[in-house]
Amino acid sequence: MAMSEIDAVEGSVKLSVTDVSKSFGGVRAVRGISVDVPRGMIFSIIGPNGAGKTTLLNMISGFYHPDEGSIYFEDTDITVMTPANRASLGIARTFQNIALFKGLTVLENLMLGRHVHMKSGVMSSMLYWGAAQKEEVEHRGRVEEIIDFLKLSDLRKQPTGALAYGLQKRVELGRALAVDPTLLLLDEPMAGMNQEEKEDMVRYVLDVNDEWGTTMVLIEHDMGVVMDISDHVVVLDQGSKIAEGSPDHVRADQGVIDAYLGTGNKE
Amino acid sequence: MLHRESGYYKTTYAADMELFPLPNAKIAITVFILLFFGLFPLIMSDYYLSIINLCAIASVGALGLNILVGYTGQISVGHAAFMSVGAYTAANLATKLDLPFWITLPAGGFMAMFVGILVGLPSLRVKGLYLAIATLAAQFIIEWIINHTPAISGGVQASIAVPRPNLFGWEMDTQREMYFFLMVVLALAVVGALNLVRSRIGRAFIAIRDQEIAAEIIGINVYRYKLLAFGISSFYAGVAGVMYTYYLGIANYEMFTLPISIDYLAMIIIGGLGSVLGSIFGAIFITLLPVAVRIFMEVVGVYFVDGVYLAQVIAQMRLILFGGLIIVFLVVEPEGLSKLWLNIRNYFRVWPFSH
Repeated sequence: MAMSEIDAVEGSVKLSVTDVSKSFGGVRAVRGISVDVPRGMIFSIIGPNGAGKTTLLNMISGFYHPDEGSIYFEDTDITVMTPANRASLGIARTFQNIALFKGLTVLENLMLGRHVHMKSGVMSSMLYWGAAQKEEVEHRGRVEEIIDFLKLSDLRKQPTGALAYGLQKRVELGRALAVDPTLLLLDEPMAGMNQEEKEDMVRYVLDVNDEWGTTMVLIEHDMGVVMDISDHVVVLDQGSKIAEGSPDHVRADQGVIDAYLGTGNKE
Repeated sequence: MLHRESGYYKTTYAADMELFPLPNAKIAITVFILLFFGLFPLIMSDYYLSIINLCAIASVGALGLNILVGYTGQISVGHAAFMSVGAYTAANLATKLDLPFWITLPAGGFMAMFVGILVGLPSLRVKGLYLAIATLAAQFIIEWIINHTPAISGGVQASIAVPRPNLFGWEMDTQREMYFFLMVVLALAVVGALNLVRSRIGRAFIAIRDQEIAAEIIGINVYRYKLLAFGISSFYAGVAGVMYTYYLGIANYEMFTLPISIDYLAMIIIGGLGSVLGSIFGAIFITLLPVAVRIFMEVVGVYFVDGVYLAQVIAQMRLILFGGLIIVFLVVEPEGLSKLWLNIRNYFRVWPFSH
């Protein structure tokens, strides 16, 4: 845990989701959920399949716009902002199913993360020598820091399509980090990984939070991981929030136990 | 002369990011420049230089199409129509307003760019096959408009004779003179494309091709960049169209019909999608194919085909070979000639110790 519970509570709110709802046809995927994510926290969203976790994350990153409710990033209303503009604000994410640019190398994928921080237009790009080159070199420096941080240096010039699954996940984290995000959304970063890869990924997540104070919103199915690294956990079931609090608090909550284990004949 | 990285240590990022980082490549480029600007024009007759000219014009057009189709992943079946926009813009400006070549050339490019961006608008909503149909419609609409608007087409024949290109007093009367100019234009087009695809804009194009959703999440304004790709691609097409018009001495819409659009698609498929070098390989290949078929038939074919039918057979052979080659390439080497070249290069990269 990067920040103590008290720091996090006193820190300002990084992301504020108020009363958002989203329906797809007749399916009410998210029903009036509100969450506040304090700055610098590792904030986890858990829940059974179909609970609305990914829909919520997609609304935060801008794929869907909520039917009702609002989303604020710091003081900016981002409820209906495009995903690209959210990136320039400092919101980055990774995907459950890896979404790397497979034809490009690790280096180029990470350089794409720098896109919002670069300015070269068509003319200066085509001329290259001069302003564009200076900019490329400057941002290459930042990308190399991330490559070092994620221990990807020997894979720099490898096309990402050919990399092993766990490495692709790591490159995707790197690409998100290259945006220099202050809010990082991770959609099942450990899904499909073996124990060793999971441990590596957990370490990187904690290190990122530690080193840059990045606020993280995490969706993960591995309860062990969630309970270990989260500062705060939100539990969703059937589109609604059923519990929220510290990992220990959530673990003991009767509603959560019911949602995960079933209620048997009690009703 | 082999392409080998070992032994060359780069100490700065700038050195690592050079266009041609290896000394060998730099030597090769120098040799190429000497060949094309020194030796070839010395030893070749105007006829052969005119064939090289055709290849150069096709290369510029193919580069443009590859930026759109190969790099950005947006298919276009209307490339020849963009070329015709450039061609008629330049021809009209040159004949009606007497504007000099140095204005008509870029003007043709920019006009094509403008039309290309308009045609690219459907790409914001539709993809793949549907976009192909939308651009196909654009091909026919542009053809029709040029053909039916006397103010553009110049009358019944839909053709406008253009004066010889004159660049600040340098009148390009012969193929030899055009050759030097075209080589410079091609060099600029190639270097521009190489620089584009290795820097910010080009990377964004590739990102849109590979993963549109992730591209948007990373902060790329997908709409703007798709239109940008259409614009740059059409600019190249327009310039190629203008060059072709001056090469022929006449702007004629029949030089820019649907089969020509297909030819350009064939160039980048055979050459290699998403490869600058491949665009040139493909353009040379498709341009030389009819020439090669004709020479072959005139030398060997006369023993099999009656002289009367020779011309017909040559025309059909070209189509058969053309279709056959596209199928062969799609099946055997979808990444085209540029991939074959890379395979050869990489084989010798570690030769003779390949394991």
